[in-house]
Amino acid sequence: MTYSLLEGNEAIARGAVAAGCRFFAGYPITPATTIYHSMLNLLPPIGGICMQGEDEIASIGFCLGASMAGIKVMTATSGPGISLYSENLSFAIGSEIPIVIVDVQRLGPSTGSATRGADGDINFLRWGNSGGLPVVVLAPVDVKDCYTLTLHAFNLAEEFRCPVFLASNKEIGMTRESIDLQQVDIPDIVERSAAPADQPLLPFSPAPGTHVPDFLPIGHEVLVRQTSSTHGTDGYITTDSAAIARNQERLIQKLLSAVDRFSFHEYYGDKDADTLLVAYGVTARVAKAVFKMQKRQGKPISLLILKTLWPVPQKVIRHAARHAKRVVVVEMNLGQYKREIKRILPRKSVSFYGQMDGRLITPDRIKEAVNG
Amino acid sequence: MDSLLNSARPPVLCPGCAHERMTHTLDQAFRNMGLAGHQIVLVSDIGCSGLFDTFFHTHAMHGLHGRALTYAAGLKMARPELNVIVTMGDGGQGIGGAHLLAACRRNLNVTLLVLNNFNFGMTGGQYSATTPPEAQLGSGFLSALERPLDIGEVARCAGAPYVRRCSGYQKELASLIQEAIEYEGFALMDIWGICPGRYTKKNRLTPRMIDEALAQRPPLDGVVPENERPEYGQHYRRLAAGQKKVSAPAVIEPRFNAPQKGRQEVVILGSAGQRIITAGELLCIAGLTAGMHTTQKNEYNITVLRGPSISELILSPREIDFTGIEKPNVVLALDQDGVDRRRDLFERLTKKSFILQIGGVSLPDSKARIHQIDFKAKGIRRTDWALASLAILADLNCVISVDMLISALKLKFKGDTRQQAFALVRQLGTH
Repeated sequence: MTYSLLEGNEAIARGAVAAGCRFFAGYPITPATTIYHSMLNLLPPIGGICMQGEDEIASIGFCLGASMAGIKVMTATSGPGISLYSENLSFAIGSEIPIVIVDVQRLGPSTGSATRGADGDINFLRWGNSGGLPVVVLAPVDVKDCYTLTLHAFNLAEEFRCPVFLASNKEIGMTRESIDLQQVDIPDIVERSAAPADQPLLPFSPAPGTHVPDFLPIGHEVLVRQTSSTHGTDGYITTDSAAIARNQERLIQKLLSAVDRFSFHEYYGDKDADTLLVAYGVTARVAKAVFKMQKRQGKPISLLILKTLWPVPQKVIRHAARHAKRVVVVEMNLGQYKREIKRILPRKSVSFYGQMDGRLITPDRIKEAVNG
Repeated sequence: MDSLLNSARPPVLCPGCAHERMTHTLDQAFRNMGLAGHQIVLVSDIGCSGLFDTFFHTHAMHGLHGRALTYAAGLKMARPELNVIVTMGDGGQGIGGAHLLAACRRNLNVTLLVLNNFNFGMTGGQYSATTPPEAQLGSGFLSALERPLDIGEVARCAGAPYVRRCSGYQKELASLIQEAIEYEGFALMDIWGICPGRYTKKNRLTPRMIDEALAQRPPLDGVVPENERPEYGQHYRRLAAGQKKVSAPAVIEPRFNAPQKGRQEVVILGSAGQRIITAGELLCIAGLTAGMHTTQKNEYNITVLRGPSISELILSPREIDFTGIEKPNVVLALDQDGVDRRRDLFERLTKKSFILQIGGVSLPDSKARIHQIDFKAKGIRRTDWALASLAILADLNCVISVDMLISALKLKFKGDTRQQAFALVRQLGTH
């Protein structure tokens, strides 16, 4: 095996460039700053654009402008920056502007601890927009995921014309790790579907047989309208409640009806196990260590590592839990995703271990949770 | 050239609104310039000025209050050939103040038309950043408490190279707008107008009064010579073209065998400025030269050059799951700050654990074997102690070999730095 040494944040930057990202704007914030540094090294020499906004609001604003001009864009921040992104996230969701947003989570609430990890933004990413429409959140486990999930994130943003979050964590983003780049599975690169260039554009009219409108960039010979206001298919403000309801439903269905295609996960089922351990992010690594120990000790468990958190991959969760008598959820927060697991598995016994003190959850803590 | 006004969507403004006049003036400017709709993007935000994008057959991007300049920046960087024109009210200017200052400093070739009518029209006539204190408005006595902002003066001070303060009723306004659009850089026009729906309900304001008020201010008539400089986009592209392309991450071929076969966990306890993180990276690279999986997890305070700096390294022939370290094989105790931060670690150490204790650092009790060395007495600079401790490990054939370390130094360092590192390894070598 031949390895390179890469930190998670650099892997995200390199994944973004491989996905065709040519515009990055960000505002310095630990532990996400090295994504900005990496993009600054990577983009300008290949004709890309890397900018530092005057604040996070400007950074995501730059990105939305550039995305509407037809460029693949990314921004990166941590919890405090996600707060400031919120109004523009709602814009990107409602007005279908492709963008990849990296949240290298740090311990909150608020400014919290800049150099301590957490997975405390999981629900914030999902629900931190006005309107409550769905978003895509992918959660890397290690450096390899940082690379590949970034490629998938761009593909999903382009295909579904929506914001896609990468829910990283200081413990992944700023951890260096050996990675065999030859062994990385790289998906085909997806581009936005272009609308016909010989007729006026209805910017929010889904292409036939799909839930997603075709795209033309601002600056094209065909005029393009973009608006954050409640709009009809023509991109003009509307008060037609039937048209509004149709559009909201489409924004929900375009993601919910497709989530089975992008329910990234790892499942290690053991036929002798009656316990299913569910984890995501850096905690999934610890869960995997426990899974192996339990097997060695003749007390096997099953393990589900979720890498798509939102929309909730219900099918995957139900399938993994079908033989389990009990389900144990571990998270680097005080129990955010366990609510989803309980909702999906109402007849199972679901227990939880969480910790939000800036430290990694140790294998011992998970073993205690698993073995009761 | 044909009008770019959208005949299907005529202005829906109050009778007598200055914005309606502006709509036609802006269209006149576009016609004078011979621009087609697809050569223009109108970027707008919230409020009555935010309706402008619907009045024209151009590209349009309408977004959040005060953020229009940020979308405009992304659009202009992505499409330098587009005429990017932002309409904003005094409200948008106020809420987006940071963006206005940054746009002036940045100097992208974007035109900002501030349609200044001294209040929030759409929401019921509240005071804005430009409301005169004597105005009677929906915000009651609060309007009297804050001093109005002179947008043009602020823009000039912030570095805008083109600033004009003028009346929306000025006859030659279309050609002035054309001049602003044609200016190669950030151009701001603070255009004063009347809001009949709200402002003049209780306040008297006429085009003549606007002219008189403007005449009392120092003129701002376009180009600000002391602020003229290269346009941001062009400047960016020139500097970007000179940046060196970054190569792919180095791929490290395994050439050696690690001295110990199993998983090795090393914790470096030091302080900021001791190059702890670099030493950790070197240890990882050394591990890669032996085909090991490696992880490096660091802990430090947000302060720079002060406080503990800790690096946790794992070298393992198998995939590494948990990246934390509970019972390290090796502890490099380089500074009291790091040792004190991780005092709990020492009680978990076993007889098999190994501590390299640098002179001057005191350790909590533990069962570990301790190897003491005084780097200071050997004339080694404090900033080299982390590297020196790796040299000691290599010399003891503990976790890494000398070959692995030398190979890592070759991969990481060049020139003098590399030679100095080699010299340090030689100085501390006993074999």
